[in-house]
Amino acid sequence: MASKFTVSNRTGWLMAGPAVLLIAGFVILPFFLAFYFSFTNQRLVSPNATEFVGMSNYRQLLGVTTLTLDPVRDDSGAVVMKDGEPEYPSLRTITRNNPDRPDLAGMREWFSFSLGGDSKTFVLARDVVFMKAVVNTFIFVLIVAPVQAGLALGLALLINQRLKGINVFRAIYFMPVVVSIVVVSLLWRLIYDGQSGLLNNLLGAISFGLIPPIDWLGNPSTALGSIIAMSIWQAVGFHMVIWLSGLQTISPTLYEAAAIEGASKWQVFRYITWPGLRNTAVLILIVITMQAFGLFAQIDVMTNGGPLDSTQTIVFQAIERGYGKQDISGGSAISVILFIIVLSISLIQRWLTREKT
Amino acid sequence: MAMISAENRGLRLATRYAVLVLIAIIFVFPLVFMLMSSLKPDQQLLEDSGNLRAFLPVGDISLQNYWDAFKRAPVATFVFNSVLVTGVTVVLSLLLCSAAGFAFVFVNWKGRNTLLALLLATLILPFETIAIPLLMMVAYLPWLGMEGLIWGWLNSYHVQIIPFIADGLTVFLFVQYFKDLPGELIEAARVEGASWFQIYRKIVMPLSGPIFATAAILKFLVMYNQYLWPLMVTQEEGYRPVMVGLQYFFQLNVAWGEVMAYLSLITVPVLAFYLYLQKAFIASIASTGVKG
Repeated sequence: MASKFTVSNRTGWLMAGPAVLLIAGFVILPFFLAFYFSFTNQRLVSPNATEFVGMSNYRQLLGVTTLTLDPVRDDSGAVVMKDGEPEYPSLRTITRNNPDRPDLAGMREWFSFSLGGDSKTFVLARDVVFMKAVVNTFIFVLIVAPVQAGLALGLALLINQRLKGINVFRAIYFMPVVVSIVVVSLLWRLIYDGQSGLLNNLLGAISFGLIPPIDWLGNPSTALGSIIAMSIWQAVGFHMVIWLSGLQTISPTLYEAAAIEGASKWQVFRYITWPGLRNTAVLILIVITMQAFGLFAQIDVMTNGGPLDSTQTIVFQAIERGYGKQDISGGSAISVILFIIVLSISLIQRWLTREKT
Repeated sequence: MAMISAENRGLRLATRYAVLVLIAIIFVFPLVFMLMSSLKPDQQLLEDSGNLRAFLPVGDISLQNYWDAFKRAPVATFVFNSVLVTGVTVVLSLLLCSAAGFAFVFVNWKGRNTLLALLLATLILPFETIAIPLLMMVAYLPWLGMEGLIWGWLNSYHVQIIPFIADGLTVFLFVQYFKDLPGELIEAARVEGASWFQIYRKIVMPLSGPIFATAAILKFLVMYNQYLWPLMVTQEEGYRPVMVGLQYFFQLNVAWGEVMAYLSLITVPVLAFYLYLQKAFIASIASTGVKG
């Protein structure tokens, strides 16, 4: 439409202007402000002027180092044993007020491992909770992305059959998507309850009492898994619908040709359905990954990051600092780290799934 | 021979339906449990969760929990706030984003390609990454209200509305849809001397019912279900929406009957709306994926 009749700078700006200005002001500007605040000591309310602090927020969040220690030996040179394990010098004596290693001040043990021999390597972090939050978030994403995408594809294939009343089932599978994740989280707190929860009662009934009640959200080894299962339950219908719309773009003539050739169900899926879903697959993986990195409401309603920090997440930490402690600079630094992670992962996903020519 | 194959087909059909029903139960049972529990006193609610009675309206059934929920928290205020914020945002969003989409597709103007690319780039920004700096920003923005000039937007309706009126996805949906409309029609109307506003109002809008419905449904779901943002910007209960109002029910000693009543109260209208417009809801989600 390069006609002179459609040229109008005034109309263009007049009609697009309001939306463009709002997006510039409330999406793009805050994005740049996140970078700016992360290099300062900005607080939500503060009597002091804001100062530029360089990388210190990032050093505080990401500071990690290792320390290899030899076990404590008694006068004869034998390793001192405690509870059947060699005893190591207390980390506190090394990290606190130690003139030899001022760089370790304020660091705490994250985890430790032993590479054979007596010595043990300790991994120290300046902010252990944030490190746990990063690890938990990655676990969440690495499980949710493939499992949710896979289950959603399975449901889409199931719903794509020509059966009477299939639309009713499609409507039901999609139902949890329209329910707020906050409502779902509170509802599932009762289902996961350690004493009278539905889930424990169900497991007890089908195993004739063999499976003892589990405090799903109160146990560090099951809390994150429980949140993962619930999150998939809530969102899988969303991606089922996107798979379905992808399935419906595949030409029926391809399936007819396959039927004439006598292809097996697996062959049809492998050579017709799956190649036809390529672009949908890329989109779904990127969307689920982005959504999964934003994990917050479930944590806020169900566990508050506990027990023992086993459900801390990056966004929960960002909000706890930026809003809870009013530390805008710390919260902004976490936001920038999150953005860099999300951007890198979607670039990697795009590269891995690129069209090979 | 024919008999066996007919029987076989019947069996296979039955298995298919059995699988579909089994999966349907997984998606539905928590919601049925929520509704039924909202009608029962706490004691019975917990006892029933040990057996199938959890999913049936049996025993001491009443609306008592609903009355108690209204007594515990200003539920009516929360509902009013949610409806107001969601409604105003949806309407303004449709107006501004459709106008922008129109300008990007039909009008030739300087800067449109650059700006469109910029808007599309915002699609990769999750809201969570801008929430904290945005909080800082709105805490100091000026506002001209009834009481004159005030600094800071916290505890208001506009802080919940204005940042969410325009977004890249909604503009993008309109752009995609308008691209498929016959451009020659618009050009012809221009040649005939129609004004841009007439074209938008008389030609484009009547042809665009489906995309307006899609954009409205998506915005409605996002706005009604907002949690993180209103949690941060509304400390006064007079401005809090329903999802933040939930906090009154789960923080101290949890009375599960009241919780389930409140959850049902804020969820059932949305579910009913969804079941009524089921096809449009599903089509709107699907459209976010078609050309992305």
